[in-house]
Amino acid sequence: MSLLKVEGLSKAFGGIHANEDISFEIGQGEILGIIGPNGAGKSTLFDLITGYTRPDRGSIRFDGQNIFGLKPDRVSRLGIGRTFQKLKPFTDLTLLENVMIGAFAHEPDIRHARDKALEIIDFVDLIEKRHHFARELSTGQRKRLELARAMATEPRLLLMDEVTGGVDQKTIPGLVALIRKMKDAGVTIATIEHNINIIMEISDHILALDQGQRIAFGKPEDIQNDQRVIDAYLGTVDVA
Amino acid sequence: MASMLKQALREPVWHVNGRIAFALVGLTVFLLLFPLLDPGAFYLHLMILIFMYAVMSQSWNVIAGLSGQISLGHGMFFGIGAYTSSVLYLQYGLTPWIGLLLGMLICGVIAVMIGIPMLRLSGHYFAIATLLIGIGCQVVFQRWEFVGAASGLWMPLTEESSWSALQFHHSKAPYYYVFFGFFIVTYLLVWRLGRSKIGFRLRAVRDDAQAAQSLGINVAKYKIIAYAISAIIMAPMGSLFAQYILIVDPDRMFNIEISILVLLMTVLGGIGTIWGPLIGVAILIPISEYSRIYLGGTGGAVDLIFYGLILMLICIFRPAGLISLFPKHVLERERQR
Amino acid sequence: MTFEIILQAIVSGLLVGLIYALIAAGLSLIFGLMEIVNFAHGEHLMLSMFSSFWLWSLFGLDPVVSLPITVLLMALSGVLTHYLLIRYILKAKMLIQICATFGLSIFLRSLAQFFWTPDFRNVDKPLLEGRIEIGEIFIGQPQVFAGLVCLFAFAGLYLFVTRTETGLALQATAQDREAAEILGIPSNRMFALGWAIGLGCVGVAGAMMSNYFFIFTDVGVNFALFAFVAVALGGFGSVIGCLYAGIIIGLVEALGGLLIDPSFKLLYVFAIYLLVVIYRPQGLFGRY
Repeated sequence: MSLLKVEGLSKAFGGIHANEDISFEIGQGEILGIIGPNGAGKSTLFDLITGYTRPDRGSIRFDGQNIFGLKPDRVSRLGIGRTFQKLKPFTDLTLLENVMIGAFAHEPDIRHARDKALEIIDFVDLIEKRHHFARELSTGQRKRLELARAMATEPRLLLMDEVTGGVDQKTIPGLVALIRKMKDAGVTIATIEHNINIIMEISDHILALDQGQRIAFGKPEDIQNDQRVIDAYLGTVDVA
Repeated sequence: MASMLKQALREPVWHVNGRIAFALVGLTVFLLLFPLLDPGAFYLHLMILIFMYAVMSQSWNVIAGLSGQISLGHGMFFGIGAYTSSVLYLQYGLTPWIGLLLGMLICGVIAVMIGIPMLRLSGHYFAIATLLIGIGCQVVFQRWEFVGAASGLWMPLTEESSWSALQFHHSKAPYYYVFFGFFIVTYLLVWRLGRSKIGFRLRAVRDDAQAAQSLGINVAKYKIIAYAISAIIMAPMGSLFAQYILIVDPDRMFNIEISILVLLMTVLGGIGTIWGPLIGVAILIPISEYSRIYLGGTGGAVDLIFYGLILMLICIFRPAGLISLFPKHVLERERQR
Repeated sequence: MTFEIILQAIVSGLLVGLIYALIAAGLSLIFGLMEIVNFAHGEHLMLSMFSSFWLWSLFGLDPVVSLPITVLLMALSGVLTHYLLIRYILKAKMLIQICATFGLSIFLRSLAQFFWTPDFRNVDKPLLEGRIEIGEIFIGQPQVFAGLVCLFAFAGLYLFVTRTETGLALQATAQDREAAEILGIPSNRMFALGWAIGLGCVGVAGAMMSNYFFIFTDVGVNFALFAFVAVALGGFGSVIGCLYAGIIIGLVEALGGLLIDPSFKLLYVFAIYLLVVIYRPQGLFGRY
């Protein structure tokens, strides 16, 4: 039984097809990896699913319910959390306060929200930074902040946009371990990744995009051998 | 790690700074006893203005500091509050207390009506709309015969001081306590608001609306809530001030200067903090009243030149306001509101 | 009410609309460049009218003759505004940016009031006087001239922004200031230029209006409000949208004043603003 089922999703900006006829599904408890070169439409896909951009056509079903065109806050309340590629922490608030705001989604009481936020902050290994302002945290720490904040809303599906991108190489193993830990905690995950090794390692399925089109969707080992993926993406990847 | 979590869970949700709490209690007691020291009419008047502007600036602080939306015509809620209670009193003999409550209700409704179209969009639309409506309100009241048009309304004097008519002829002390009561209640409520779920969500909306949405927060709804609360706080000050000076006219009650002052005082003291507005008021009201005495109230606009200049300087050099000059360890606790 | 009276209102609405359009274009250009709304726009207009007035009163220069001087002075004040105030708040929060230009507006208006008193002034016996008759329609000569000059200035602005190298550099900065910096376009100078041009537009409008409008310290308030509405109507940051928007506002104001009640002009214009915000927040014509 798939938790998210996307069919024929399309969006054009002006004459440019940012997403065209994209279909895929994510099963309960799985990790879906999304790959593709810059401008392939990966972040747009997340924006379409979470309601930040209104799709032109197609269908999006989450747990059997049609969520096409719903506003972002509705989508979030239905159980889809997300992080942003361009990080959006609440800069003038502390880490704890950031995560508490997520926790308020299901926990109106301030003390309970605080306790829950602390547990999640501990889960992402930032407990000693809880009273730091978000603007004082490093990029890697802010990514964890965004993950913690999204997790505090108790999502059934979490969309992660380049969680390992742009961070210090040293912190990557920790972030990967964290994604695993979340999967073990029962969260279904879709993650956009540039690091091909990571994606092959953690994903149950992979969706490959290029120029707004789906070029492949399947198990990691099939994707690895898919000629179109190799042409469009793997072949052009620099060692950097 | 686990021990760190346990320790964190044992921390109180809010730090209480004993010294600050003690100082606040002391200040409250002093303010309660102040009229008994027989300070004279001028000082009572000064304190009344400070209480009034402290509430009005806090009102602006709720919409601007807490939810991040700039209202440039906030004085209109003051005017509408003033006119509501005064007109009801004059035309229907209704006690100003009821008029005051109705004024709050009307202002809340108006805020929601303005907020629904304007607060869905980026802050510039809202700022421009409030500027337009603020000036438009004055134009309407200047020409509205039912409420006395440009010459306004004079409240007839009651024979004796009366709590139900809210008129006190022999002393300013009763007015002092009324304004003081509203001041205390407003600050307690806003303090509580800042520590509630709504307060947290408003700050989220202010810091990053998109991120707030991703956490299930209906951004427009929360901005509208903040605007309505803000309007409801402002309205009774108009009603009370009308009873205090016993005149309502468009040039006084819808004066653009009111909107400018509440903005300036809050930004000067420290926007988004509970004590910022009070600090701004405590500095500017005495300066403005003394300069009125020594320079004469000839409307040479000298005070406005000064206000405009301070506003620009604060924006350039201290956008966090004068409160940011306090030592950091004091702010660490204050910051959480 | 005769057809002629309505036609008369349409023509005068059209002419004043061109002035609104030019004022709004200045505002829109600045906004498009750095996402800052100049809440002191009306006060800049007031200053430009006073510049025309003093050049006439002290040196006997007719506003038409002194037009280049006024425009130059306004461009200079634009550069000053940028270097003394705006450049410090470029990275500040929107809240602080609004407060800063609002503070500038209060400062300029009350300073003018302090030095020049709130008295109403006007330019006596300007070069352009009297009126033109077309059929049964009478239009003031200065109004016609003002409308035409504004239209020309608008065309010049449009050509400058779209056809010259500097104009394209401005657009590049507006679209992506980091990318433009990499191409060697200094954004700080572009911003100063934007302010110079934006307030230069205001200078043209102010100089033309000083021919036939009363000059006083609060004169800019309503014009600025109309300019804000025009910018919202035309689409924030779209210069050409301002032309249509300005004309629409001029017409609504003139016809509303004629058909309903002239004392509530502000409310008609506000009603347009409300309608745009509700139905087409991205503006009627342009981007966003």
